[in-house]
Amino acid sequence: MVPPARILWQRAALIQSLRVFFIDRGYLEVDTPVRIPAPAPELHIEAEPAGDWYLQTSPELCMKRLLAAGIPKIFQICNCFRRQERGHRHLPEFAMLEWYRVASDYRDLMAECEELFRFVAERLGLGGRLMVAGEEVALDGPWERLTVAEAFRRHASLSVAEALADDCFDEVLVRDVEPRLGRRRPTFLCDYPAELGALARLKPDDPTVAERFEIYIAGLELANGFSELADPVEQRRRFEQERAAMARLGRVPGPMPEPFLGALSSMGPAAGIALGIDRLVMLVVGADTIDQVVPFSPESL
Amino acid sequence: MYSASDLRKGLKISIDKEPYIITDFAFSKPGKGQALYRCRLRNMITGNGFERTFRSNDKFEKASLEERTMQFLYAQGDEFHFMDTQNYEQLVVSREQLADTTNFLMDNMEVAVLLFDGRPIGITPPTFVELTVTKADPWVKGDTSGTDTKPVTVETGYELQVPPFIEEGEKIQIDTRTGDYVTRVKS
Repeated sequence: MVPPARILWQRAALIQSLRVFFIDRGYLEVDTPVRIPAPAPELHIEAEPAGDWYLQTSPELCMKRLLAAGIPKIFQICNCFRRQERGHRHLPEFAMLEWYRVASDYRDLMAECEELFRFVAERLGLGGRLMVAGEEVALDGPWERLTVAEAFRRHASLSVAEALADDCFDEVLVRDVEPRLGRRRPTFLCDYPAELGALARLKPDDPTVAERFEIYIAGLELANGFSELADPVEQRRRFEQERAAMARLGRVPGPMPEPFLGALSSMGPAAGIALGIDRLVMLVVGADTIDQVVPFSPESL
Repeated sequence: MYSASDLRKGLKISIDKEPYIITDFAFSKPGKGQALYRCRLRNMITGNGFERTFRSNDKFEKASLEERTMQFLYAQGDEFHFMDTQNYEQLVVSREQLADTTNFLMDNMEVAVLLFDGRPIGITPPTFVELTVTKADPWVKGDTSGTDTKPVTVETGYELQVPPFIEEGEKIQIDTRTGDYVTRVKS
């Protein structure tokens, strides 16, 4: 069923406001190829084959190559494809906003996210807050910055280390932690265990965690950002690890993204983030399923 | 075999040789994390429910369920005897397995018997059944008490609410999915 025109108008206005925000700040809008020969090998992200190549799961690798080529600030709004992802918050094809900037780290991105959300809320006439299922989330005050370790201490019955050892980190995160994040104000859940950020830089003063964060609003995960790993040797080692883990699960890993690894040594310190546009629309229009904010769900085609 | 991506509400699977139906389902996947399939399951024999989260590599046996059209012959204590009208094979279903469906069961009625691995675990009666009212308070015309239904008992012993004009000895139609009165059957 096609959603009411009102929702499609709000969706369009939101995408327009994202564009205005980045263009005003000197970001270059790019459109990298959707069909690529080698997506980033990540254990839990499965690319959709398209002929001998794949549909992008994210424009990340191409965008970092543009940074390496000397473009300092870029953004892209595009569709991404991930196999086997379907639920009330997941579509196998979804709209993504990604942006990257050189000479920055994840803290700069967090600050920029706060500005972006406030800008969008103002443009859409939401008045500095979001109403989610009758609950108000204030965008205008400072957002909460909560480490994964602290979030587990507060909301789970076991520590991050114990959850990782018991192989139940994701289960505990989804069941006990996520629903309690981003209440009253958005939460940056940050400093993920090092092994959970295949493309993120480790924290210099604590290499057990990666400089990675996720934005949560009213329990809904919206965006994943990090300080980019810029070391090609380490990046290759992590990709090998991910590919080996895929093979153990009986999946055939795609080829190694060699041109990306080749370019990485020219990319200085940088930070980048991916934000799910459909989910942001869900929050803005007050939808409880992702199907309500896209013109067509895959099942309706 | 089913894989995790087949999981959905209403799917019937077998766990430890028992049939389960998925009564609630939610897909989740934390950023960069693995896909999780949270299911609420109900044991189709005991009726017990529980929640379990599966991962994408989990595999499930299909519950081998079969439905056969059978005729109800008679009840003996808590044992209800049914016969396959094609091959005259007979089997017994316990009162416990029949649960509320005994409210609508009449001799010679054709029902769908659900079998798991060849064992009967329940029946589905016809959607509409016609039963005779065996006990009803008489209808007082001009009753101004304001009630628009009254309780009656039908021949199986089942009690339900019906409009006040229904009298003892009349036949009524009942929806077996809800147990509610549908209409009076003109004789």
